[in-house]
Amino acid sequence: MARHNGYLSITRLRAQFIKEVLSILRDPRSRMIVFVPPLLQLLVFAFAATLEVRNIDIAVHNQDAGRWSHELVTRLDRADFITQVHRVTDSQELRRLIDQGKVIAALDIQPDFSRAIAAGDTGRVQLLVDGRRSNSGQITASYLSAIAAEVGAEANAGTGPATPVAVRNWFNPNLTYRWFIVPGLSGILAFFSALLITSLSIARERELGTFDQLLVSPTSTPEIIISKSLPALVIGTMLGLLMMAAAAGPFQIPFNGSFGLLLVSLILFILSVVGIGLMISAISATQQQAILGAFAIGVPSVLMSGFATPVENMPMLLQWLAQAIPLTHFLIIVEGSFLKAMTPGDILASLWPLALIALVSLTMATIFVRGRLQ
Amino acid sequence: MTGASGPRTGLPAMRRFDPKRLWALVRKESLQAIRDPSTLLIAFALPVVLLLLFSYAVSLDVRAVRIGVVQESGSASAQSLAAAFAGTRYLDVTFAHDRREVAERVVSGSLRGFVVIPQDFEQRLAARGAQPLVQIIADGSQPNTANYVANYAQGVVQNWRGGLDGEIPRAAVTMEPRYWFNAELESRRALVPGAIAIVMTIIGTMLTALVVAREWERGTMEAVLSTPASVAEILIGKLLPYFALGMLATLGATTLAVFVFGVPLRGSLAALLLLSATFMVPALGQGLLISSVTRNQFLAAQIALFSGFLPAFMLSGFLYEIDAMPAPIRAITWLIPARYFVASLKTVFLAGDIWAILLPNLLAMAVIGLLLFLLAKRATRKNLE
Repeated sequence: MARHNGYLSITRLRAQFIKEVLSILRDPRSRMIVFVPPLLQLLVFAFAATLEVRNIDIAVHNQDAGRWSHELVTRLDRADFITQVHRVTDSQELRRLIDQGKVIAALDIQPDFSRAIAAGDTGRVQLLVDGRRSNSGQITASYLSAIAAEVGAEANAGTGPATPVAVRNWFNPNLTYRWFIVPGLSGILAFFSALLITSLSIARERELGTFDQLLVSPTSTPEIIISKSLPALVIGTMLGLLMMAAAAGPFQIPFNGSFGLLLVSLILFILSVVGIGLMISAISATQQQAILGAFAIGVPSVLMSGFATPVENMPMLLQWLAQAIPLTHFLIIVEGSFLKAMTPGDILASLWPLALIALVSLTMATIFVRGRLQ
Repeated sequence: MTGASGPRTGLPAMRRFDPKRLWALVRKESLQAIRDPSTLLIAFALPVVLLLLFSYAVSLDVRAVRIGVVQESGSASAQSLAAAFAGTRYLDVTFAHDRREVAERVVSGSLRGFVVIPQDFEQRLAARGAQPLVQIIADGSQPNTANYVANYAQGVVQNWRGGLDGEIPRAAVTMEPRYWFNAELESRRALVPGAIAIVMTIIGTMLTALVVAREWERGTMEAVLSTPASVAEILIGKLLPYFALGMLATLGATTLAVFVFGVPLRGSLAALLLLSATFMVPALGQGLLISSVTRNQFLAAQIALFSGFLPAFMLSGFLYEIDAMPAPIRAITWLIPARYFVASLKTVFLAGDIWAILLPNLLAMAVIGLLLFLLAKRATRKNLE
C-alpha cells in the first residue's frame, strides 16, 4: 500500500518546508517563545548554577578567652565567603541555628584552645555542619579547615611547613564555574527546544486530523521526515549558535577550538535530537502525549549527560547507557572547543557517536512514520 | 464566583455550587486523565526513573578520579610516594615517565589531572618544606572535579610525608567536622527532595497547562463554560484529579526512597503530605495561568518548561546552593515555589518536623499559589469577554 510515487520532489519538499516553518513561526507569540526565553534562561542560569560556596552565615561559640581563638574568629570575620558570623553563648543556641537552617556550619571552640596551642599541643575546634546541604557543607568545611591551618601556621611560626604541593588548573586557572556551565547550558537549552518542536510536529497533525490528509497526498515518507526535521534543525542550530555567541561574547569565555568542527557537531547533535523527537511524535496520538514523552526522555538525558554531575561518577552500566545520549557527546565537544582547544582527533572521537545516533534515530523515525502511514 | 458580578450574556444566571455536579465533573476528568498512558508514564514511571538516577547516576561524591602520576625521579622515596598514590581508593592512577604522555590525555578528557614527581625530588625533600615537593595539574574545565583532584592529591602527599618521620610538627589547630542529619554524606539523601519537586512540578504545572490549553485550543472550554456548571466547579473538577495524581506520585516516590533507597524520613508523614498539598497550589495555579494566557498547547509547553520545570531544576536549591548565587538571582528564587518546597522537604526527610522552617515555607507557597490563582481567574475572564 505504498503511497510514495515519485520519491523526492524538490517542489513538494519546498512547499512542505514552508508550511512547517509557518506552522511554528506564524504566530508572533510563538516566534518570541522559541527564541527569547532560552536566552533569558542562559543569562539567569549562568549565574545561578555554581557549586562554589559564597554568602554563607556561620555561628561561633567561643568558650576560650585566649589569643588564638580571637585570631581564628577575626579571620572568619574577614573571610570573603562568609557574610555574617553569629556569636552565641551556649551550645543549645548553636544547635538551634543549624536546625533552623540559619547557618550552614557552627564552630564550638573548646575552653583550653589557646592553652593547648601555647603548650605546643593541638587546639581543637568542633565543627558542626548542616548535612542537609551535603555538598556545600563539605566545601564549607574545607574552607574553614584552611583558615584553621593558617592560624596554626601562625602559631607555629617558623616550624610550620609550606604546603607540600603546587597546584595549577589548566584551561580555567581560577576554576570559574561559569566557564563550565555556560557552554553546557547552550547545549541543553537547544536540546530541549529542538526536542519539543519535533515531538509536537507529527502529533499535532494527528490530533487535529490533518495527518490523514498527508495520507492521501502524493508525499513520500522521506519527504515527510525531511520537512518535519528541517524547521527544528534550523531553529535548534540558530539557538545553539546564538547562545555560543553569547558565551564567547558577553560571558567572555575563552574559545580555543575550531568553529567549523563545532558547527558540524552542533548540526549532527540537533539532527540526532530531531530523530528522537520524531520517534516520540510518531508514537504519540496527542500533543500531550508527545510533550510528556519528550520530558520522559529529556529529563533523564540531562541528568545522565554529565552536565549536573560527571559521567565518570556513575556506575559502569549507566556510563554505557550515557553513551547513547547525544547530549553526553555534545557536552564533551562544546566544553573541549571552548576551554580546552581539543585536537580535531579528540573531537572526532565524540563526533562519530553523534553521527551514529543521528543515523539510527532518523532511520527509526522513518520506520515509525512509515508504520503510521500504512 | 460569578454571582457577585451578576448575570452575563451567554452565561446562565443560576450558578450555585452543586456537589453532585462537581463529583460528575471530577469523575469525567479523572477518567480522561487515567485513560491517557502518558499521564501514568509521568506520574508513576518518571518518579521511579528519577529516583534511580538520583540514587545511582547523579552523584557529587567523586569516586576513583582518573589521574596520571609522572615519575621524573626514579629515587626510592619517589617510588614510595608513587606507591602511596597507587594505594588510594579515591584515585585511579596511570603511571608515566614523561609529562607529555599524560598532558594529551588531560586534553582529551580521559584523565582529570596529573601529579609530577620532579627530577630533583630528593633535594626538595631534604630542603624540608622550603619548596613544594610535587606539582599537581588539574583539569579546570570541570571545576568541581578539579578541586577533588587537588585535595585528594595533596592529602596523599601530606599523609605520605607524615608517615616518613615523626619530626614534622603536628598541626597546631584542627577542625573536627561532624555532619548533622547526614553523617554518611550521601548526596542521594539531599537529592531525593529534588526528585519529588521535579515530578510535582511536571504534574502540577506542565500537565495542567497542557490539559486546559487543549480545551481552549479546541474551543471546548467555551462549550463547558456555557453549561450550568460554574467556573469554580469546572476548574476544581479539572484540577482535583491532577492534585490527587501529584499526591499519589509523592507517596510513591517517598515509599521508594525510604524502603528501597534507604533515605530516612525523620519528620512525620503528615507534615510531608501537608507540604506536598500546599506545593500543589502554586504548581496548579501556574499551570492554569499559563493555559489561560496561551490557549495553545505548544506555547503552554514551552512556557511551562521555561517558567516551571527549569527553574525547579536550577533555582530551587536542590542541586545548586541558593546562597552562592548573586543577589539579583537570589531575588528571583524568592518567586519560585519549588525553592520553599525543596528546603522544607530536605528538613522533613533528614532533620524532622522543624516548624520554624516549615511554617514560613508553607505560608510562602500558599501566598504565591493564591496570587497565581487570582491572575489565572482574571485571565480566564478576559478570555470570555
